[in-house]
Amino acid sequence: MAEKELKKGNEALAEGAIRAGCRFFAGYPITPQNEVPEYMSWRQEEVGGAFVQAESEIAAINMIYGAAATGVRAMTSSSSPGVSLKQEGISYMAGADLPCLIVNMMRGGPGLGNIAGAQGDYMQATRGGGNGDYRLIVLAPNSVEELGNFPKLAFELSEKYRVPAMILADGILGQMMEGMSYNFEPVDPKTLPAKPWALGINDGTRAKNMISSYGLAEGELEKMILKRAERYALIERDEVRFEERFTEDAEVVIVAYGISARASMAAVNALRKEGIKVGLLRPITLWPFPTKKIAQLADKCKAMLCAEMSLGQMITDVKLAVNGKIPVHLYAKPGAFFPIAEDIETAVKSILTGKKDFLFNLSDLAEKADNTCHKPENKICKEGTLL
Amino acid sequence: MNPVTKRPESLVDIPTHYCPGCGHSVVHRLIAETMDELDIRKRTICIAPVGCAVFADKYFNCDAIQGAHGRGPAIATGLKRSRPDTIVFSYQGDGDLASIGMAEIVHAAARGENITVIFINNTIYGMTGGQMAPTTLVGQVATTAPKGRNEKLQGNPINVSEMLSQLKSAKYIERVSVDTPQNVMKAKKAIKKAFQNQIDGVGFSFIEVLSICPTNWGVEPLKALEFLRTKMMTQYPLGVFKDEGKKEEGK
Repeated sequence: MAEKELKKGNEALAEGAIRAGCRFFAGYPITPQNEVPEYMSWRQEEVGGAFVQAESEIAAINMIYGAAATGVRAMTSSSSPGVSLKQEGISYMAGADLPCLIVNMMRGGPGLGNIAGAQGDYMQATRGGGNGDYRLIVLAPNSVEELGNFPKLAFELSEKYRVPAMILADGILGQMMEGMSYNFEPVDPKTLPAKPWALGINDGTRAKNMISSYGLAEGELEKMILKRAERYALIERDEVRFEERFTEDAEVVIVAYGISARASMAAVNALRKEGIKVGLLRPITLWPFPTKKIAQLADKCKAMLCAEMSLGQMITDVKLAVNGKIPVHLYAKPGAFFPIAEDIETAVKSILTGKKDFLFNLSDLAEKADNTCHKPENKICKEGTLL
Repeated sequence: MNPVTKRPESLVDIPTHYCPGCGHSVVHRLIAETMDELDIRKRTICIAPVGCAVFADKYFNCDAIQGAHGRGPAIATGLKRSRPDTIVFSYQGDGDLASIGMAEIVHAAARGENITVIFINNTIYGMTGGQMAPTTLVGQVATTAPKGRNEKLQGNPINVSEMLSQLKSAKYIERVSVDTPQNVMKAKKAIKKAFQNQIDGVGFSFIEVLSICPTNWGVEPLKALEFLRTKMMTQYPLGVFKDEGKKEEGK
C-alpha cells in the first residue's frame, strides 16, 4: 500500500488531474475551490501544460471547449454559482461530444448563498444543467483520496464515451486535509491513444475535422441525439459505481453521497453497536445512478433514508428506483450545514419507531407555514398545497 | 491559356447560403486566398460564430469548430494554448463580438493571445432578422429600433477597433471595407498581415471589416454600398489603429 501523505482536498484534486495527464486548465476565482487554479498556475507550467486565469466562468468553459477540441485533457473547476455560469459551454461540449473534466466544489445556494460546503447542485449536475437533452458522467468523491484519484477515472470515462465528466464534490471535501495516496502512476499524455476526431495539423491523410453541436437540416439533430443516447445507454449499463456497507441484513438503508456519506457511515457504525440493523449505499457515480442496486435493496429492507445537504434532490432518483415498494425518508441539511451523525442516528430510529425526529418532510413545512404567516383564506389553491 | 484566378483551395467547393450582396462571401474568399498563399491551410483552425457565418465551419477547407455566441476568442485561447503550432482564427459578426462577446474579445486582446480575429461589422443582427446591434448607427432603423436608434435611449455605437487599440497587448488593429475593388484589395492585404503576424508570433491581430446587409437593411445592394460609404465610414473611419508587428521589408 502506498504511503499516505497529508493533503488538502483541492490540492489533491489538482495534483491528481496533473497526474492523470491534464495539460490545460482554465478557471476563475471562486471560494471554496481557489486552491485548484492556484495550484494549477505553477504546476501546469512545470509539466509543460497551459494555465489561463479566465476573465469569467463563461470564458473558462469555452477555453476548455477549444482545448478539448485539440484532444488535450482539459479541465476547469469552480463552485456552484460559477458552475451555473458554465452551463452554456457544458451544453456545447455535450452537444459536440467533447471529453473534458468539470469540477464543482459545491457551496451554499441559491444565488450567492454562502461559501461552505453544500449539495444543492445535484439536479443541475445529473440532469445536464444547460439547455438541451444531455447528460454528464458525474463522480461523487467522499474523501481527499478519492478527490485525488477520480480525475483519472473521469478523463478515462469521458474519453471512452465522449461525454463530459463532472466531479461533484463540496467545499468541505475541498478544504479539508487528510491522509491520501494516489493509486496510479502519473500518466504521460504522449502515451495516450490518438484522438482521430481532434483538431490540429492535417497532414492530408484525413478529411477536415469539425467540432460542433448543431444539426440544422431536417432530422439531423434527432439523429445526433439518438446516436449519443446509445452511448448514454452503455454508460448506464456498464459504468455504475457505488459503495455498499452493511446492507446485507439492513432494515434501514441510508443512501448518501460525498461528505454526507461520511457522516452517514459514522451513524451506521454507532447504530450497529446498538444492534440496529442499518446499512449504507453510497452512489459514487451520481449519473449513471445505481438504480438497479437500490431497487434490489428495496426488496430486502424496510425503509430507506436519504441524507443530503439540500432540500432533497438525490431522493428523487432513489424514489424512482424504489418505485413505491418501501418508504423513502429524508434527512435534509440545506444551506451548507454539515450533516450530524447523531442526528442521522436519531432519524434512523425515528423510521423504526414511527416518530418524526430529524426526518424532513415538505408537507410538515406546509403545515407549519399555514400556522404562521400564510393564512388559509389567502390561498388561491386549496387542494392541499400552497401556491 | 493560364487561368488568372481560381477557387482557393482553402474554400470548400459548395454554394454558400449568404444573401446576394452580402460581404461575408467576399471576406471568406480573402481569408481562403490568404490561407493558400501563406500555405497554412493544413494547420489552420477556423472558429465559426453564431449568426450568419455559422456555416463558416463548412465553407473553409480546414479544421473547424463552431462555438457559442461571442465566445470565439475564448475558444481560440483554448485551441492556441493547447496547439501553438496551429493557426487559429475567430470569425465573428458585430452582435457576436461587440455585444454578447465583448468580454471575451477584450480579454483575449488584453492577454495578447497570438490569434487572428476577423470582425464583420454590418451594423445589424443578420441571422435573427435585423435587430439593433451595438454597432447600429444613430438613426438607423432596426426591427428592435423601428424609429431608428435613438441616442438618448440606446446610446451611441461602439467603435471596437478604436477601443481595442487602447490595449497594450493588442498588436495589430485595422479597419477595412469591402465596398469597392480597391478596398477589397486593401482588406486582403490587412487580412494577410493579420495571419502573417500569427505565424511570426507577433500576437493579437484584429481586422474589422465594414460590410453590408442589404436584406436586413431593406435596401438594394447599390444603396447599401452608398450607406456604407456615406454613413458607416463616418462613424467608422478606415485605417490602421495599431501596428506593432513586424514591418514589411523594403518599406
